[in-house]
Amino acid sequence: MSRAALLVLADGRFPAGGHAHSGGAEAAVKAGRITSAASLEDFCRGRLHTAGLVAGALAAAAALGVEPRELDAAADARTPSPALRGAARRLGRQLMRAARASWPSAELDALAGEFPKGAHQPVVLGVAARAAGLGPADAAYCAAYESVSGPATATVRLLSLDPFDATGVLARLAPELDRVADAAVEAARRVLDEGVDALPAASGPVLEIGAEWHAAWPVRLFAS
Amino acid sequence: MTATGVRAQARIVARADGRGGTALPVLDGEGPLALRRTRAGGDEARVMVVGAMSGPLGGDRFSLDTRVEEGARLHVGSAAATIALPGQAKGEAHYDVRLDVADGGELRWLPEQLISAGGSDLYVTTRAELAAGARLVLREEQVLGRVGEEPGRLTSRLTVRVAGRTVLDQQLSCGPGAPGGWDGPAVLAGHRSVGQLVVVRPEFAEQPVAARMLGECAALVPLAGPAVLVSAVAPDALALRRLLDDALTRLA
Repeated sequence: MSRAALLVLADGRFPAGGHAHSGGAEAAVKAGRITSAASLEDFCRGRLHTAGLVAGALAAAAALGVEPRELDAAADARTPSPALRGAARRLGRQLMRAARASWPSAELDALAGEFPKGAHQPVVLGVAARAAGLGPADAAYCAAYESVSGPATATVRLLSLDPFDATGVLARLAPELDRVADAAVEAARRVLDEGVDALPAASGPVLEIGAEWHAAWPVRLFAS
Repeated sequence: MTATGVRAQARIVARADGRGGTALPVLDGEGPLALRRTRAGGDEARVMVVGAMSGPLGGDRFSLDTRVEEGARLHVGSAAATIALPGQAKGEAHYDVRLDVADGGELRWLPEQLISAGGSDLYVTTRAELAAGARLVLREEQVLGRVGEEPGRLTSRLTVRVAGRTVLDQQLSCGPGAPGGWDGPAVLAGHRSVGQLVVVRPEFAEQPVAARMLGECAALVPLAGPAVLVSAVAPDALALRRLLDDALTRLA
């Protein structure tokens, strides 16, 4: 594996469009559920163990070479909110463009051909990690980290939260992120024997309901 | 004192009787899962699950299998809420529900709430397998703790498959010992009742239902398949039931 390639893929400046999404933080701020660094941490912790775990396992499974079409269908079943399914596909499409330019590969080309409107972002992330010579743990870490770094960065803009406080939240979540990435890789390895039903399906009802509420606003700062 | 907990299985088979009604050739319950046939409504057979013992308690393993055959119509309810309680046996309790519905069959699965009492530890698995032409209404409500009580630990997974394709796969873990953030702003946001209503109808494939909010804490969404989900959180069981009943009326 190439450690430097992991830094490129995980870099917040990698042009994959993630900065336009708040990971549910915009809805949570407006609902008065994120008001401080402490409530941001609680939000991020919940997202990490639900959407983050699922995204990590999908990405790790894709990096192991599990059929992307099956993973994409499993992602749909684990994402009841059509607003979130749409956002995941738009993000997948943007990531695909950046990944194909960075690490040209036949597998990325095939996935782009099969899903012209975009596959779920974690699936694209896993195939991109493969193309970059990275492994399932790298892909799981990227996905799990994104599940919390997105809301933390967005909250700095939404609440004028001190960026030092937001980064502190991410640093405090690091040990839990290690455990989530481990669990994601373990589940992804089980998929090789048991099929996609072995993927975790952890969900956050308020994230899903909030995403639908957010999608109906006429004006919003973030796309999701 | 039991060291291993109670094992109980129940089975229901609903079959079209050839005269426009539905027969129940299999209606087998045991121990804590007693089954009663109640007054039929039109061409639909009705079954009530009667909790004949308390539980599930720690270490118990319950399973309930229901099969609705071609053209049969079945309504299953329960006489009272199910209360997960701590037990003297070691380990968590398991409650596995398996629902199979064949082409032209319809299952209305509308049990009362599941209450997670303080100190309990329950894993609930509900798996519905539907043929392409099957219909389903499934309600699931979880209440975290009795009044004024801290909840137990509850892990609940709901999987719905239509024509071999998974259209919904969701797991909720809450209570002490659940992964962090379960009570926080991403998962339950302090609500003590959470519920889902799944409606599967073949006609949704051609006429999908548009997503809409039902108040501030519930959303009706089309799934990736011929199915609709209403997902709701509420301060208590009564408010939750009102939301889900209202959603079901809108879909009728």
